[in-house]
Amino acid sequence: MTINPFLAMFAKSPIKPIEEHIDVVTKCCKLLVPFFEATFQNNWKEACVKRDEISQLEKEADEIKREVRCILAKDIMLPVSKSSLSELLVQQDRIANCSEYISTNVCVRNLLIPQSLQDDFRAYLQRCVDASEQAREVINELESLLETGFKGREADIVIRMVEELDQIQEDTDVMKIGLFEKLYKLESQLSPVDVMFLYDVFERVGKLADFAESAGAKIDVMLSE
Amino acid sequence: MDIISTYGAILVLVAAVVGFLMAWGVGANDVANAMGTSVGSGALTIKQAIFIAMIFEFAGAYLAGGEVTATIRKGIIDSSFFVDTPHLLVYGMISSLLAAGLWLTVASYKGWPVSTTHSIVGGILGFAVMSVGGDAVSWGKVGGIFASWIVTPAIAGLIAYMIFMSAQHLIFNAENPFQSAKKYVPIYMGFAGFILVLVTIKKGLKHVGLDLPTAAGYGLSVAIAILVAIIGKIAIERIQFDENSDKQMHFNNVEKIFALLMVVTACCMAFAHGSNDVANAIGPLAAVVSIVNSGGQITQSAELDAWILPLGAIGIVLGLAFFGKRVIGTIGKGITHLTPSRGFAAELAAASTVVIASGTGLPISTTQTLVGAVMGVGMARGIAALNLTTVKSIILSWVVTLPAGAILSFIFYEIIKSIFG
Repeated sequence: MTINPFLAMFAKSPIKPIEEHIDVVTKCCKLLVPFFEATFQNNWKEACVKRDEISQLEKEADEIKREVRCILAKDIMLPVSKSSLSELLVQQDRIANCSEYISTNVCVRNLLIPQSLQDDFRAYLQRCVDASEQAREVINELESLLETGFKGREADIVIRMVEELDQIQEDTDVMKIGLFEKLYKLESQLSPVDVMFLYDVFERVGKLADFAESAGAKIDVMLSE
Repeated sequence: MDIISTYGAILVLVAAVVGFLMAWGVGANDVANAMGTSVGSGALTIKQAIFIAMIFEFAGAYLAGGEVTATIRKGIIDSSFFVDTPHLLVYGMISSLLAAGLWLTVASYKGWPVSTTHSIVGGILGFAVMSVGGDAVSWGKVGGIFASWIVTPAIAGLIAYMIFMSAQHLIFNAENPFQSAKKYVPIYMGFAGFILVLVTIKKGLKHVGLDLPTAAGYGLSVAIAILVAIIGKIAIERIQFDENSDKQMHFNNVEKIFALLMVVTACCMAFAHGSNDVANAIGPLAAVVSIVNSGGQITQSAELDAWILPLGAIGIVLGLAFFGKRVIGTIGKGITHLTPSRGFAAELAAASTVVIASGTGLPISTTQTLVGAVMGVGMARGIAALNLTTVKSIILSWVVTLPAGAILSFIFYEIIKSIFG
């Protein structure tokens, strides 16, 4: 039967899967909170269960990433440039990879955040997860942006959301420096290798917010295209 | 000469049958293009779409189909070459119809998006060049047709771009999109009605025996446009909306209003399609009839016989009724992010372009204007994703259709010639 040429012109849009992708990635990132709570309780079994869940979600995100890449590889015309979409996808993907890396490292080494740093770390982690959550909300506006042709009031709303995301990311930087200073004072009491890894964990948790912020920046780029 | 007088009745009958089949093919083949956007965006059900298409395709074919028919009938070839051999012109027209009909069938079966207009023009060119030589072709006219194949998608694209941009500006970027949609959508409806009525009056009604002076024509168009707008307004007031006004619901409500507008543009599109494409089937038929009626005289100014336009119109409607469901049915629900607000811009632009071009008498391709219009909305960042590979293959199939129609037409021409002598 006839394939209607006119309707065949419409390709699958990558926007929906990109929104799905950030949803999965954010879930992945959020799991770090119960994961670290379990480590604070010294409940390593529970922590490993959480780590496996994170790993599972990361795989799921990769599946969606592949799907989006296939769509982007086709010869299609999109309202925004393919390169910004694929860069956005890369940033989103890094959040999931980073979450997996952190949980794996902590699990393998049974690395415990020192008691005196736990409260600060909890707040710091939460703020970084907030960044990812904010990025998710920005990216979920893509559909509405498409609705308004990436202009006008909807675009202004999104720009404000991105500004808020930048603010969150700045907060995490300040908190990270505080944690580094405290850890520096504790160094002498801890095993040197653990200290190195603690610095690494703090750094990478901060990266979650950095990647989220870059994702938001990509949306900014799309708006100004 | 004697061939015409001996076999005249048979030739007319054959031409009528083939013309009817061609009209049938036009109805079956192009209906999905004309109605696809409305069904695809969920503004209409398949049943409603077919119902609307039947009424408006018929109206368009009957009321505004005359102009293009004239071009197809006598504009493409210089009939002075056939003065001594009018029967050859009759054979040629019949073979063009056969060739185009067959090519359409094959293409539909294969799923190639071909244009009915291209296939008939290709058919006529084919037999003319092969039988009498290139001199018999009015290349100026044909050049105009070729040019229109580039120009009309461009115009449709431009109009679609502007319509979509205006909708963005007036409605989606407004403080309250929903209220703005209520306010402005009836105006778009009126505009659609205006374009339709104006062209009908200016170009179509002469042969129905209605010839209005210009002022009265404009007056009537405006009056009907206002009427359409008022009816639209009332209909919008009656839609059930979710009062739950978070932003996403908000846009959904706006789309509901646009869905109503889609119904109007779908009528426009069906009308435009009928007015433009009926000629593909009945143009050659009209030529045959006028030659036979005048006993072999090739008159340049023969009137259309009264039964010819209705025959084409009925053919289109029947093709629609029998195959339309299957063709539109293939659209299914899986379609795209083609929301009513985009679909309307594309459809209204395409319909306007077709109607305007039909007014100038150029046979243009409905498929082409739609493709152009969709590209236009895409350029305005209005479409989530367009498959450029498909667009290229559509363009390629347009190019292939001409020689295909020409070669087939020549083959049939030789066969018919050997039968009747």
